[in-house]
Amino acid sequence: MKGDSSPMATSRPPRGAETPAPVQHRFFELIPPGTRIDFVGLRFKMLLLSWTMIAVGLAWAYVGGINWGIDFVGGTMVHLKFAAPTPIGDVRAALLKPELGEALVQEVGRAGNEFQIRVRGAEKGGSSSVSDAIKADLREKFGEGTYDVLRVETVGPKVGKDLGRSATLAVLAATLVMGVYIALRFELRFGVGAAIALVHDVLMTIGALAMARMEFDLTTVAALLTVVGYSVHDTVIVSDRIRENMKKMRRESLATIMNISINETLSRTLITSGTAILVTAALFVLGGPVIHSFAFALLIGFIVGTYSSIYVASPVVLYLEGRQARR
Amino acid sequence: MSRSVLTRAALYVALAVATLVLLVPTFVRPAPAFWPWHQPIRLGLDLQGGTHLLYGVEVDQAIDNTVDRQMQELERVLREEQIGAASVERKGRTIHLQLANKDKRAQVEALVKDRFGNLVAVPEADTEAGDLAYTLEPREVQRLRDNVQEQALKIIRNRIDQFGVAEPTVQAQGSDEIVVQLPGIQDPQRAKELIGRTALLEFKLVARGPEAGTLDHPGPNVQVLPAKSEKGRRADRILVERRTLMTGDVLTDASVQQGGVSEGMVVNFVLDARGTKEFGEITSANVGRQLAIVLDGVVESAPVIEDPITGGRGLIRGRFDFTEAQDLANVLRNGALPAPLKLIEERTVGPSLGQDSIRRGVLSFVVGSALVILFMLVYYRGGGAIADGALLLNVLFLVGAFAAFGFTLSLPGIAGIVLTIGMAVDANVLILERIREELRLGKTARAAIEAGYERAWYAIRDSNVTTFCSGLILFQFGSGPVRGFAVTLCLGILTSLATGVFGTRVVYDFLTSRRRLATVSV
Repeated sequence: MKGDSSPMATSRPPRGAETPAPVQHRFFELIPPGTRIDFVGLRFKMLLLSWTMIAVGLAWAYVGGINWGIDFVGGTMVHLKFAAPTPIGDVRAALLKPELGEALVQEVGRAGNEFQIRVRGAEKGGSSSVSDAIKADLREKFGEGTYDVLRVETVGPKVGKDLGRSATLAVLAATLVMGVYIALRFELRFGVGAAIALVHDVLMTIGALAMARMEFDLTTVAALLTVVGYSVHDTVIVSDRIRENMKKMRRESLATIMNISINETLSRTLITSGTAILVTAALFVLGGPVIHSFAFALLIGFIVGTYSSIYVASPVVLYLEGRQARR
Repeated sequence: MSRSVLTRAALYVALAVATLVLLVPTFVRPAPAFWPWHQPIRLGLDLQGGTHLLYGVEVDQAIDNTVDRQMQELERVLREEQIGAASVERKGRTIHLQLANKDKRAQVEALVKDRFGNLVAVPEADTEAGDLAYTLEPREVQRLRDNVQEQALKIIRNRIDQFGVAEPTVQAQGSDEIVVQLPGIQDPQRAKELIGRTALLEFKLVARGPEAGTLDHPGPNVQVLPAKSEKGRRADRILVERRTLMTGDVLTDASVQQGGVSEGMVVNFVLDARGTKEFGEITSANVGRQLAIVLDGVVESAPVIEDPITGGRGLIRGRFDFTEAQDLANVLRNGALPAPLKLIEERTVGPSLGQDSIRRGVLSFVVGSALVILFMLVYYRGGGAIADGALLLNVLFLVGAFAAFGFTLSLPGIAGIVLTIGMAVDANVLILERIREELRLGKTARAAIEAGYERAWYAIRDSNVTTFCSGLILFQFGSGPVRGFAVTLCLGILTSLATGVFGTRVVYDFLTSRRRLATVSV
């Protein structure tokens, strides 16, 4: 093996030297070592900012409603593609029939020929009467063979209710498990911080989903659970360093140690999240309509998760420390 | 060079070769005959197109039906024993019995104890002396609960097997649900009709004479049932006696046969010994009358009994076309469902969307991994190159695991693979960053590598454990494609650790074992 063809540059040790001469290391760096950003000092402003954003998002979800997929509310979804671009108004007009109630038509993609039609709520007739009615109305208006039915989904009303409950339970359980794990590995207050940061991430993501009118379905819940699992990554990295530095710098205050630790791990926090965000962005842009809201939830969740490990988890630990000290 | 490095390297090479062998059938179709592995990766319905049906088994209804049958039997026995009952009715799951003659109470109690092992007396019957109340024994109820789903599953499986679709899946889910997956089926109408059929076949006499009444005012023991008319539509109605003379459970076989010129196809059935005897008696006693053959509450045909039929064979003329006749024979052969099924969920994916999803999934994968690989290479140079190599091996192992264990790959599964790419390098980033830090502190390359792996390990372990946990919770929560995603996520963590942490370590150990490294490119 030749040294220059390997990823490692090898060389003979300097003649006569027992210890290697100091090597000047030059790395490609995102965050140069010695960076000192006063994250901890900013915590109250950030606290205000993020919980305001959450409040706005949730208020939005409350007022405007969440774009529930039929997984949750029951109903029928027909996803179809016309051979030629078709105005959305024409599709809506074709479906203005009393038996369909409120048929929601949404355009998919940018080509102007792909649509999702959703009729929410339980079906009164047979199991496929709504999807048959939709197909019949479209055939009447546009003619046979002008469109291709890509997907049909029908979900009964009872499933939706059960699903809503088990989804909430699953997210809460995941959050709790993460919190407990961190508490066991580190200290109780780190676990509390991590759990609060996760609640923050989930709420922020839900708000963003509501604001973007993204469909909230089964895969969205899968995304939320993934966010919960992955957001802890950064919290672990930072907490790990805080613990290490607490042993090294016994004289410093926790706030200082925290600031140093966050700065020291900043580049790896940004890079590890960055690569995940990179591939999620690829999924969001290229993955197609079926996983669009899934990729969106992951994207937002990962971004928020990175932020929260710095601005939510650590300040909570600091706050709990303050309380302990005052006692 | 230490032997352990060689051993480990050989292990990875062997695994990689084995995985490549497993993956050939997925990409080369058909794989050459001599190839040791022939199972390609199974694609989910969302990728290959098809229909997914989720049925709820209405167990409670099955229990009610059992109570009903017991009640009918009780009525029959009372008639036989000539015990007059003022009324027999079912309230909930309790049979309430009012006797005409209160003195017969003890006799009835003995009779029930003797002949109806499934029934237990309800002690707190709020009735004056002489009245009785019975309900199903709790053990019997439990047995029904346990068995109904399993029976329904077996029957549906038989029906679907004869339906003619490649690789159907029929599986139990939870305690009262059944999942049916039909790859390649775009219009599930026929499948749904076949599955949902309760296939209750009954033989009843067509009512005649003054007791029959009219269609609007049927007589007391007469009911109005829809009947198939000339064109096979359910338009006509017909008056039949309420009493069921015989049910389809005495059938042993059913087959399709070409009927007369105007008849279309007919379904031929064969009865067992008991059925043959019963059918003989019924037909002997009612020569000249019309016998209604009722399937799921619809009169399929009502032929006139011309002679007693004692041969144990019969015909159903329903003016069927071939498919209808075939499906009916199939259902009759395989027996009736023990409980009604309710279609809870139906999802159909067309083949063009499946193709499109695969294409988009692969595109996101290629673009996503290219970005990550490029970033690692530019940012960490040599170390990045090693990490990238591990990443490629990781994808190979992950996809190979799908082939090896027969997991189904869904679109969320592909998304999970893409996501794994983004997460797998995390471990490498942590290690490389730590190596940089140690180098800055003035350590030698070898010491820095040693410390990098050792110190980064805790954060790597903790962050992977947490993601793995959320994957497990997701698996518990989800079904179908979401489970596919959870499986991918968890598998991806395992393969990432195997390649990104332990695999790259082999490379570094190999490099440091040969020469003294003065610099390391990270």
